[in-house]
Amino acid sequence: MSKVIALSTATRMEPQRLETPAPMIVPNEQVDVTAANRERQPPVPKMETAIAPVSRTRTRVAAVLRAILLPALTFLVVLAIWSFVNAKITSDIPTPAEAWTRAVEVLGNPFYDAGPNDMGIGWQVLYSLGRVMAGFALAVVVGIPVGFLMGASRAVHQACYPLVQILRPVSPLAWLPIGLLIFQAKDPSAIFVIFITSIWPVIVNTAAGVQAIPQDYLNVARVLQLGKLEVTRRILIPATLPHILTGMRLSLSVAWMVIVAAEMLTGGIGIGFYVWDEWNNLNVASIIVAIGVIGLVGILLESVMNLAQRHFDYNRR
Amino acid sequence: MSYLNISNVDVVFPIVNGTYIALREVSLEVEKGEFITIIGHSGCGKSTVLNVVAGLLQATRGGVLLENREVNSPGPDRAVVFQNHSLLPWLTVYENVRIAVDKVFGKSKTKAERHDWTVHNLKLVHMEHALDKLPGAISGGMKQRVGIARALAMQPKVLLMDEPFGALDALTRAHLQESVMEIQATLNNTVLMITHDVDEAVLLSDRIVMMTNGPAATVGEILQVDLPRPRNRLELADDSAYNHYRAEVLRFLYERQRRPDAA
Repeated sequence: MSKVIALSTATRMEPQRLETPAPMIVPNEQVDVTAANRERQPPVPKMETAIAPVSRTRTRVAAVLRAILLPALTFLVVLAIWSFVNAKITSDIPTPAEAWTRAVEVLGNPFYDAGPNDMGIGWQVLYSLGRVMAGFALAVVVGIPVGFLMGASRAVHQACYPLVQILRPVSPLAWLPIGLLIFQAKDPSAIFVIFITSIWPVIVNTAAGVQAIPQDYLNVARVLQLGKLEVTRRILIPATLPHILTGMRLSLSVAWMVIVAAEMLTGGIGIGFYVWDEWNNLNVASIIVAIGVIGLVGILLESVMNLAQRHFDYNRR
Repeated sequence: MSYLNISNVDVVFPIVNGTYIALREVSLEVEKGEFITIIGHSGCGKSTVLNVVAGLLQATRGGVLLENREVNSPGPDRAVVFQNHSLLPWLTVYENVRIAVDKVFGKSKTKAERHDWTVHNLKLVHMEHALDKLPGAISGGMKQRVGIARALAMQPKVLLMDEPFGALDALTRAHLQESVMEIQATLNNTVLMITHDVDEAVLLSDRIVMMTNGPAATVGEILQVDLPRPRNRLELADDSAYNHYRAEVLRFLYERQRRPDAA
């Protein structure tokens, strides 16, 4: 391994600076400070701020308006298509107004409980989230160590990589029969499906993270004579953490997509079965409401993971 | 026997079809407190020499003795200042130095002493104002200062610097060279520094080791620089001795060891 380092340092490109004499000026530290600031901040249009502060406020207002208006426009287009489908193709799709009325009903009382077959949408979402979290947690607990081994050891990588590549693109639902056979129960089967589909991003990203650790950090560890455990705790884990979190973010969004499909097949309480149930009742308005809720929960999960990621990203903190 | 003794070092790398001889018969004796720079064209194996002394790379033949002990693995007695600073980006400036201090003096110094020693070394490189900053928030020159502080804090027998200022702009580089001379005047370390900058070599060194081109690079000439210290780059600009040394190095690099790929 050490030979590889030396080769790369030996063949490193060096700028041809031999002819230019070093400048005969003794600068002060201020040079460094401004350089650092320049690197991190986008260039501020100074002229504008100094001469025309009014126009700057105006551009900001315009930017905010655009940020609101443009997405609103997109939503309007979607509503128009929706209304068109309702009017010209099939009236089984409710109008936006009908869906809105249903949304107010459903979301107005999300946590009612009228027996196992009739619960509020809030409960449905919570049950689904429970399964997602169980499968996701298992995927993280298993995936991170496996990814670490794959990243750290060539042999483990060679041994596992083909399997990972084969299993990764498999549709989540193909696993469901296997789960049902093994566990003979729907809840563990759903969790199994979540686990087996959301583990891959964790493994792949963790392994990539370990492999991407700059050799320099490991050389620092060697010069300091850090032990194996110290290297893991003080170098490998912190250096890999941003990659691991990327893997976890992808994994969680996969898990949330998969749970709806899995629950449609397994049944029980959950947002996926809720959709299936409402379909059987031909209650399409409820399905549209559920689609909205699924999307919103997805955004919520995504932003929680984004927050975590930002917190641990030492380059942006 | 000299303090640091590099004797008959060969380094051979296995490549796809056969072997590549990077260094052949590299020998160098360094006295305690000497400031040595190694200069040569790209790819001549300067860094390979440094890596062998650091213990990051094993010599194929020959070896390195430091105070009559053979060097065969890395250790804090041969602290390295890496070219791209290699600070750990998740640790603050203080923590980056402290991790080295804790490792080297964990048993011999108390916690308070280790804290003081960490701050002391950061003061040496004028970075005491940025103790709690992360490396991502300071400039390249500052990062390299912290890298130097981390190496100094290990109290190495030999300080190894691998083109420490190569990636910096000219003004920052000049400023850091001043700092290195200032620190050297106080601590009188034994320093082995790789550079490709002729002025830097003449300004800082007691001796300049000029290497021939690879493959099978070796020590071509050694130039003794007898300029009085402290050295001032403004005064030296018009100094005939300084310009003579400068010309010597340039002659070696451009007449005797023309870059093979330079037209």
